[in-house]
Amino acid sequence: MSYRVCLCLGSRNRYKRMGDTHKTVPRFTFGAPLLSVLSGLILVASVLAPSSSAQDWVRTGSGLGVEKVRLAVPDFKPSNNDPQNDPLLKTFNDTFWNDLDNSGVVELVSKSFYPLQVPGQPPEVTFPAWNAPPSNAAMLAFGNVGVVTGKLTVQGWLYDVKNTASPEVLGKQYTDVPTIDAARVIAHKFADEIIFRLGGGIPGIAESKIYFVSDRSGHKEIWVMDYDGSNQRQLTHLGSDSLSPRVSPDGSRLAFSSLTKSGWDILMYSVDLNRVVSFPRFGGTNLSPAWSPDGARLALSSSRGGNSQIYVCDASGANLHRLTSNRGPDVGPVWNRKTGAQIAFVSGSTGLPQVYTIEADGTNEQRMTDQGYAVSPNWSPNGQFLTLAWIRKYGPGQPGSSDIYLMDIASKQWVQLTHDGGRNDYPSWSPDGRHIVFESKRSGKEEIWMMLADGSKLHQLTFTGRNTQPNWSWK
Amino acid sequence: MKHQSLRVLATVVSLAAVLMLGACHKKTAPPPPPPPPAPSSPTAAISVSPDTIQPGQSATLTWQTSNATDVSIDGIGAVQPSGSQQVTPADSITYHLVAKGSGGTQEATTRLTVTQAPPPTAMTSSPTEEDLFGRTVKDIYFDYDKSDIRGDQQASVQSDMLFLNQHPNIGFTVEGHCDDRGSTEYNLALGDQRASAVKNALTTAGINASRIKTISYGKEKPFCLEENEACWQQNRRGHFVYQK
Repeated sequence: MSYRVCLCLGSRNRYKRMGDTHKTVPRFTFGAPLLSVLSGLILVASVLAPSSSAQDWVRTGSGLGVEKVRLAVPDFKPSNNDPQNDPLLKTFNDTFWNDLDNSGVVELVSKSFYPLQVPGQPPEVTFPAWNAPPSNAAMLAFGNVGVVTGKLTVQGWLYDVKNTASPEVLGKQYTDVPTIDAARVIAHKFADEIIFRLGGGIPGIAESKIYFVSDRSGHKEIWVMDYDGSNQRQLTHLGSDSLSPRVSPDGSRLAFSSLTKSGWDILMYSVDLNRVVSFPRFGGTNLSPAWSPDGARLALSSSRGGNSQIYVCDASGANLHRLTSNRGPDVGPVWNRKTGAQIAFVSGSTGLPQVYTIEADGTNEQRMTDQGYAVSPNWSPNGQFLTLAWIRKYGPGQPGSSDIYLMDIASKQWVQLTHDGGRNDYPSWSPDGRHIVFESKRSGKEEIWMMLADGSKLHQLTFTGRNTQPNWSWK
Repeated sequence: MKHQSLRVLATVVSLAAVLMLGACHKKTAPPPPPPPPAPSSPTAAISVSPDTIQPGQSATLTWQTSNATDVSIDGIGAVQPSGSQQVTPADSITYHLVAKGSGGTQEATTRLTVTQAPPPTAMTSSPTEEDLFGRTVKDIYFDYDKSDIRGDQQASVQSDMLFLNQHPNIGFTVEGHCDDRGSTEYNLALGDQRASAVKNALTTAGINASRIKTISYGKEKPFCLEENEACWQQNRRGHFVYQK
């Protein structure tokens, strides 16, 4: 019997047969339909009749074993007639819907199926309007938003509409200053609560951040934005070229590579102090810093010893020592996010760059990719997968198409996630292991895009200037 | 008749004897010697510094040849294969060098201008020297994903070395560049290797390492933007920049 891992929930996914079984881990949530979440990812092993072709396109559909919870999300209603409500209500509703729609955990019931009257308070819920056709919802999120005695107040509920006797799963109230930003944050918080409950106990990502490089100020500087693309703001103002931002696990510091008077140096930015803080200069060309999951060490590429190799140092920059000894150039290290015991990196020692792993003590260098041009590895939060940018079937003079791939580290089996041609690079995992953010030139210039880890729900986050090298925060 | 046939017979017999003797000779005919290797063509380069002087001033003529046995410069005569000489011409002159070797002949020329107009005031960092640097020193071009110096780039390396030897006071930077394909980070590392490769080629040939800085720009600062091999090749280079 052969097992085929399919990436469900996404249409038109190219996959390769992935060997061993991946057991589904059922998580029961209060009478909701059975959900299977595999270590935070939406990969499911389904026992199918073996097929001769390993390059099929996988269809979506409920026949493949996992159904996402059908959640109805009518717009929250205004709780009073205060004129300040309208913009806050719109921001809340748009953000709330977006967070849930992109979560990878729920399937939102289309608004065209909703009844004309939607509830803003529990007594207003009419169950048959939601749990029966056309809605056929399993869960309902509803509530109200308003400015009450000068404070923005949001009340929200999550109901199991198939359990009419005791439907309430969540009931929350939030208050804050009556600003657009506060409305957005509250939407993120409540959406995350729902995702946590319905997604098998993994925290949602609605309050996470993405760090990236943008040239819209005239130079390549480090910027940050909310995970959904809002609140894009510039962090560094160095007037040079700054690249490869990587935020620390606790979110307090950001390491990056910048072109200084002495060449390419690793610089350290304090998120708390909002400025660059001191960090030693190593000499040579220093690139692509990466944090160990305990925040205690950095891996980086340095040519201080001649050719670019992978080095490791303390988070302070002290105790710099070399990890790799090959022809190189070696660049782009990333730590095993779960154990901190291995590092994946890129090396050109055999010609075109390939992805390797090595133990954190420098032993057991293993090559992961077998051909083509493979770069930009990023390790999944559960430790099992790499995502990378790969041009397979590379020939001399052949530009090829760089796509985002997923690779199972133990078996080296891979799945191609993007297929639309163009240049896709620098993928970065979300903290929940369900999403991947990456840079793509598919719109004509380099922008940052996001998708679920099966390649679905692809959408663009940045639109101004050239935006590259996204890095998702750790929480 | 009998005489004639006898004579013929004698000739034949003696001829046969000679042949047989030759054939019986223990020494076998040696195989034809292998053709001698084609001799390498001579190379020749000549330059003069400064290339503009006032009457009465001197300039230094420098030349370099290889694979040549007979080297001469018009107006000077036979010279060593490589060397330099001070010259003080009254008028502008073109120095014509001819290098002859068993592989052929190579020629090179350089022009020294004698002008009444005084040259621009010499500053500590002479603008003329920088212009000369920019015009003379050639960038080194690389193959895709490679940082080793190609055979067809050796001539550029040679002429760059010539110029740098003539101007031992000049410091400079070698920038490593890549074409725009592939990843930002990998290209920065590759550019670093290219800059180092050029530096190593120069220091191995005797240029003082302290004169040479290196920096990688990866694919960050391209010379052209077209998506074709002609432009990509333009971008894959070690680029020389005069250090003021």
